[in-house]
Amino acid sequence: MSEVYKVAIIGSGPAGMSAASRAAQLGLSHVLLEKSGHLSDTIYKYQKGKHVMATPSQLILRSDQEFDAGKKEDILDKWNRRTAELGVNVKYNADVKAIRGTGEAIPGSVQQIVSRARDGSTTTAELQRHAPPYAIELTSGETVLAENVVLAIGTQGNPNLLRCPGADLPHVTYQLDDPYAILDEHVVVIGTGDAGIENARGLVEDAAQGNVVTVLNRAPKSTNVRESFPTAKEPNAKALVEDDAAGRLTIRYETETKAVEPGWITLSTRDGEEKIRCDRIIARIGSAPPRAFVEGCGIAFASADRLAFPTLSPQFESTAPGIFVIGALAGYPLIKHCMNQGYDVIEFINGNTTLKPADEPLLEARFRDLPGNRSVTEWLEFLRTRITILEGMTTLQLREFMLDSDARAYRKGEVIFEKNDPGSSLFAIASGSVHVRIDPNDPSRVVPIPAGTIFGEVGLISGRRRGATIVAAEDTICVEISRNAALKLQSQVPTARRAIERISTERQILQMFGSGLTPDDIREVVETARIEQVPAGKPIISEGDEDRDVFVIRVGSMIVEKEVGGKPVFLSYLPAGSYVGEMALIDGGQRTATVRAAIKSEVIRIDGDAFARVLAAKPTLLERARKDMEGRRKTNAFIESRKDSFSGVVDLYSEQAKFLVSQGLGEATDVLLIDETLCVGCDNCEKACADSHDGLSRLDREAGRSFAHLHVPTSCRHCEHPHCMADCPPNAIQRGPDGEVSINDTCIGCGNCQRNCPYGVIRMEKVPPKKPSLWSWLFFGSGPGPGEPSYKWSKKHTKYTGDPAVDELLDRKKAIKCDMCAGIDGGPSCVRACPTGAAIRVSPDEFLTVARLENEEA
Amino acid sequence: MASVAQGPEKAGKVRRPRTSRDRTSTHEGFLRYRNGRWLKISALLAVVLIALYVFVPLPGQHFGSSWLGYTLGTLGALLILWLTLLGVRKRAITPGRWSLRAWTSAHVYLGLCLIVVGTLHSGFHFGWNVHTLAWALMMLVILSGLFGIWVYATLPSALSDNRYDEEGAITEKQMVEALRSLDRQIHDAAQPLDPQAAALVNSSLEENPFAGSFWNRVTGRYARDATRAAAAELRRMRAYRARTADDPLDKVDALLTRKEAMLGRLRKHLRLKTWLQAWLYVHVPVTFALLAALSAHIVSVFFYW
Repeated sequence: MSEVYKVAIIGSGPAGMSAASRAAQLGLSHVLLEKSGHLSDTIYKYQKGKHVMATPSQLILRSDQEFDAGKKEDILDKWNRRTAELGVNVKYNADVKAIRGTGEAIPGSVQQIVSRARDGSTTTAELQRHAPPYAIELTSGETVLAENVVLAIGTQGNPNLLRCPGADLPHVTYQLDDPYAILDEHVVVIGTGDAGIENARGLVEDAAQGNVVTVLNRAPKSTNVRESFPTAKEPNAKALVEDDAAGRLTIRYETETKAVEPGWITLSTRDGEEKIRCDRIIARIGSAPPRAFVEGCGIAFASADRLAFPTLSPQFESTAPGIFVIGALAGYPLIKHCMNQGYDVIEFINGNTTLKPADEPLLEARFRDLPGNRSVTEWLEFLRTRITILEGMTTLQLREFMLDSDARAYRKGEVIFEKNDPGSSLFAIASGSVHVRIDPNDPSRVVPIPAGTIFGEVGLISGRRRGATIVAAEDTICVEISRNAALKLQSQVPTARRAIERISTERQILQMFGSGLTPDDIREVVETARIEQVPAGKPIISEGDEDRDVFVIRVGSMIVEKEVGGKPVFLSYLPAGSYVGEMALIDGGQRTATVRAAIKSEVIRIDGDAFARVLAAKPTLLERARKDMEGRRKTNAFIESRKDSFSGVVDLYSEQAKFLVSQGLGEATDVLLIDETLCVGCDNCEKACADSHDGLSRLDREAGRSFAHLHVPTSCRHCEHPHCMADCPPNAIQRGPDGEVSINDTCIGCGNCQRNCPYGVIRMEKVPPKKPSLWSWLFFGSGPGPGEPSYKWSKKHTKYTGDPAVDELLDRKKAIKCDMCAGIDGGPSCVRACPTGAAIRVSPDEFLTVARLENEEA
Repeated sequence: MASVAQGPEKAGKVRRPRTSRDRTSTHEGFLRYRNGRWLKISALLAVVLIALYVFVPLPGQHFGSSWLGYTLGTLGALLILWLTLLGVRKRAITPGRWSLRAWTSAHVYLGLCLIVVGTLHSGFHFGWNVHTLAWALMMLVILSGLFGIWVYATLPSALSDNRYDEEGAITEKQMVEALRSLDRQIHDAAQPLDPQAAALVNSSLEENPFAGSFWNRVTGRYARDATRAAAAELRRMRAYRARTADDPLDKVDALLTRKEAMLGRLRKHLRLKTWLQAWLYVHVPVTFALLAALSAHIVSVFFYW
């Protein structure tokens, strides 16, 4: 055993490299271990010429390495030069196998490692932690000793492995460097993502290669490649299906691997097992944080969730003393964050305890306008101790949490938000209190909410508009928690999750049944209420059943249908925030209709008997419920009475409603619908869209599906809980004041939203140059005319300056999608520009009503 | 059974949107726009004008120079100009609470009303002159417009039906892509064929699906279609050959049949689209001819009457 380094850094990505550079700059004895033969393997493997972004732009970079947005090659080049200049001690081709403490056993420090098998059973192993110095074992057999270890390995480079007998055989591989080097082999490709498809197609590109390639697909065959290849890009999947049709390779659907042996593979198919020839297996089945390895080092994770991150101190130290985790593995995927953390962690290791994190100025700005003159640390402590749901957070979590949230002071009487405002954020009261106005016409009728608790949770959960106006009752300090931050909070802090659930259930019931109820009246109801997940299509109430529970739709939406003449007839659509099931409770008897989830939903199941007792005690509530019921009953009666005389119409109406729900209207808030008996195919909607938005159309009229002449084109539906928002690194996708989901200028063009949108409504495009005016086109024919200019025209008329920085900006692709023409007087251009009235934008609850049926009849 | 939470409040939606917008909950075509608002206005206008013409005593000669004649003429000319502006409105996507559907509705009904306005203005004096030319061009525009209404009212459903089947929607682009893909497959499958058969297949591959005259387009008939000819000829050739289990002609035949079906679909799509657009090639140019004749008519009546 040779030298004991002060710090060993594992992984030479932005985080690890920045850490090593800091260590070199400080003159610390260090070693940077990189498993490949070059720095920053993940970025190295980016596609040639890729533009790397530097976000968040307001964050100050603190590192001994430079970093600015630019071409991948330039960035790597700079890093390589600087690393050499600083004299960083890099050890290439050093793949770490294990890390273990070589000091004494740390008393009481035992790590529980829970491993979960596929069948759901778990086994727990215990690991006694040992004190530093750590011995880092490499796959080459070498061992490196270090007092501190910085783990900066990211989450890439850790492919999911095949799990079946024989998976450890040498011909089972997880990558393919050069498909043309493989000749005359029987190859099985497992995984139908883009990587798998590209490999498979490369292997058969030239018939002379003589390869026999089989692609295994777990999904069933479908004419819609989106369904049969959900993780691949559509053109890739189509090309693969075409290769299959042409006999160049074979796709086996609904097939998984059963066992592997040399020369053969056993498949489990829908029709049983089958054994086929196989000289090589290429498994491309994704990658995940290398949890087993990390846990094996003695590092505990925050939860059992597959995507959970390690538990860390504010100094990035893990539960294993002396092992620090930074970068993507710590939950920070952005390059700038990573580089700052690399710098910080070495400062901490070097004993610099006064170092403020690089986000300090950002947080200072967050708290600047608040009264009280506290420092950032004091503010964080203030919030943590005052707000119940933040109690369980670590300082690091809280700092990051506050970057996504806003602290605000309100004067007494100031409106925080108004009824029917769109908004999906949660508010927490740090000091002061607020009033909920329960009667829009009478500001004196209010319900108080005290400090320490939360409000606005209904918008957070259901994504619908605000249910009531909230006014500050005294001078108040609130934290507005963005939806993403709130979701993260709930997954990180289980107590916060339970608190939010309880409060939201109580409030939802109070809001729904309104006047005269107090939390005390419904205590029993809230306590017996259960939150249930309902998969799409599953009924919560079945016609003819005798149960008496009442349901509140918390997330998603439901459809109500009734069996008439042996066929289910669509009765109505219930958006989130509705309640259902009170009829059987009030009138007794069997359920009169079936209620099933239109999309994956969440309901609060309220115990019928407990609710009946509340109703019995409150006659006004009973009266209100009866009144609400009346409307439903009328619909029932209408459908029943019309069924015989207008069965064709009723059937069509029913089928159409079902079609719309199957097209994802259940989660839509505003959707473009085209009546194809009116649409003349002039595409003026697309042209109008392009002309209202930078010359790019955000809708594809012809694409999409239709049923009985009702067409749902490819255009944003402004989902309740937009899929596109889920994974936007700069948080550029927001819901605006009109309920529109739009992408702002901070978009970095990563394409996550495009991949996440199940409806394919987001395009990645560069903005074309400005066109000459309509009049100069009409009179002189200059420019390409109305609508989206052709690619050729854009290319020709883009005014390149010769300055690479400006030109790159001109060529940069950004995500574009419908913004419902927010801010444009008159609303959606596509609708206004339709000459025949074929195009309308509606919310599904406005469209899916029986009124449609009545119109149809007329 | 169920109720929406905010029951009564929901009806009188208090929205505070940033953007003002007319909300609709159902489709309403341009012909039925607001229960035929423009139909009623136009009908009323026509009835009033006819009544004026019948009941107001006016000189029998030179009706155009009477007050009613001037009124009708001015009204007609302004109407023609305004009706022409639909072409601008359609393309100028300015902000504001206008809807092109309302414009179309007004365009259709006021345009029909123009028959009455223009004809009354003529005082039923027709001759071989620029004035009657203007009237005739106007009528031609209106008649082509009537044809357009008929086309707009009847063809869209057929266009939509042709684009859909059990498997879902297919766009024009996808039809072309499907043809290309079939072509590639045919090309591969035809490799083992003898030169004579290969030449036939090649004739189908070289055929441009968009080729054909305007007549082919509007009728949807393509008498000398290479794909159909090739398929027929290959089938004929096969009938004379000994049957084998693995005849490459089988595969080519199956692919050609699929291509024929797809080609038929694309052609039907193009035919319907052509009909939906072709009338505009009369309607719009004749409108400009009308504007020219109208100018000549106006200038001449003031200078030479």
